[in-house]
Amino acid sequence: MTVMVDIRSVHKSFGPLDVLKGIDLAVRAGEVTVILGPSGSGKSTLLRTINHLEKVDRGAISVDGTLVGYRRLGDRLYELPEREVLRQRTRIGFVFQNFNLFPHLTVLDNIIEAPVSALKRPRKEAVETARRLLDRVGLSDKADAYPKQLSGGQQQRVAIARALALEPRLLLFDEPTSALDPELVGEVLDVIKDLAHQGTTMIVVTHEIGFAREVADTVVFMDDGRIVEQGPPADVLDRPAHDRTRAFLSKVL
Amino acid sequence: MSSDTLAQAPAAPDIPEHADSLTIVPQRRLGQWTAAVAVLALLALAVTSVLRNEAFQWDVVADYFTSDAVLRGLWLTLWLTAVVMVLGFVLGTLLAAARLSANPVLRSVSWGYVWLFRSIPILVQLLLWFNIGALYPQILGVKTVDLLGPVTVAIIGLTLHEAAYAAEVVRGGILSVDRGQIEAAQALGLSRWRRWRRIVLPQAMRSIVPPAGNMLIGTLKGTSIVSVIAVQDLLYSVQLVYHRTYQVIPLLMVATVWYTVVTSVLSLGQYYVEKHYARGSERAR
Repeated sequence: MTVMVDIRSVHKSFGPLDVLKGIDLAVRAGEVTVILGPSGSGKSTLLRTINHLEKVDRGAISVDGTLVGYRRLGDRLYELPEREVLRQRTRIGFVFQNFNLFPHLTVLDNIIEAPVSALKRPRKEAVETARRLLDRVGLSDKADAYPKQLSGGQQQRVAIARALALEPRLLLFDEPTSALDPELVGEVLDVIKDLAHQGTTMIVVTHEIGFAREVADTVVFMDDGRIVEQGPPADVLDRPAHDRTRAFLSKVL
Repeated sequence: MSSDTLAQAPAAPDIPEHADSLTIVPQRRLGQWTAAVAVLALLALAVTSVLRNEAFQWDVVADYFTSDAVLRGLWLTLWLTAVVMVLGFVLGTLLAAARLSANPVLRSVSWGYVWLFRSIPILVQLLLWFNIGALYPQILGVKTVDLLGPVTVAIIGLTLHEAAYAAEVVRGGILSVDRGQIEAAQALGLSRWRRWRRIVLPQAMRSIVPPAGNMLIGTLKGTSIVSVIAVQDLLYSVQLVYHRTYQVIPLLMVATVWYTVVTSVLSLGQYYVEKHYARGSERAR
């Protein structure tokens, strides 16, 4: 299978704090990669570098065969103008921990905003797509509601529909259920599982071990800015090779 | 304790068998009543004294209230306020954008502008602009006095002053928008302009409107300061009349009532603008 995301020796620091200390990771098209790790291990930062919300200090990332955020000439990487970075981002869906829906726009307007303004889709077509997506996440009756009128789980499902509206090649989830009340976690995970079964390439940062076991093709365990180990869930979750992985799993399971 | 034993336990001594038959008597708020009566009495006293004091000359007030001179002055006050507000907020928004930009030169210049124009009293500034001819007798070959008449000076002085305050109001509004909103818009590939126009500004407006309403009303009344450079606004127009007729109080009342009327209309407008920008917020439900 072809490689969808190729991450090579990525380094990132915030001031004196080294958050990513050389990350190499390949994600194949159609697969689900779940990134686990204690807070502060750099997993969210890594996810954010993939759509250039964070700029890397060293290393390079390509998505679907295209360098993200830079153009290479010889051994130099030239930063792309914002316009081109924005165009690249429309191919990569991102779902945030805190949903980040636009509170002053209705659910429908939240979903059609990017297709209409960034992809120049006709409004009518965008509305049709949006309604189909709302149906898919089970919220077809909420098109005219404002985000604050929805539960957390419903808001996150709208956020997933909003990301899907751009028909991305890749979906990134940054702790999509961490801000939810426990009884609302299931409905969001069900939507993500459904997408996984349909062959969407996705990288999910989460603390939900059960979800990782059930859905992931690859589980990546990160600690202290490095990938400690990776492999099929049966290996990483049930027969971890490293003490740090074992220690982490014993705390969360 | 199981429910059985609870039901059999004797009631507390102060609570009879049928507690739901007791009547609850609210505390008597004697202090509140006394205060209310005292305040109303003082208010009635003030109103009767105003109505019975013939020196107010309410008939003269009525005569001049809609006279041509007063209406012309009112009109100048209104359009001067509008022009200053619009130009002030356009310049103020640019200053706020500069202050929040990544460019250290723009940031410093914006900060310096706000520092300078908040430091100079508006009255001093108007007099300085009015006498700018002493510094620059000619601008681009034209005599400065011809180029900068009193009304132009009023617009320039008030706008520069207004912009310094507007910059801070707009900056505060932008800072009130959650950082995640901008990130979400970036992740969706929205252009810089679209992010600003569609995502940041509408949310910032909720924090901008109340202080901007304050500023609008302040500016409306603040324009009366241009009477010192002989611009015929509402105040200067009534002054011209009472300098001729010596009916100082009734003509000042004409101006007072007009300022109050316009302020009331603006306050009402603010209410509706706030309601518009509260869309989607919990309080709007």
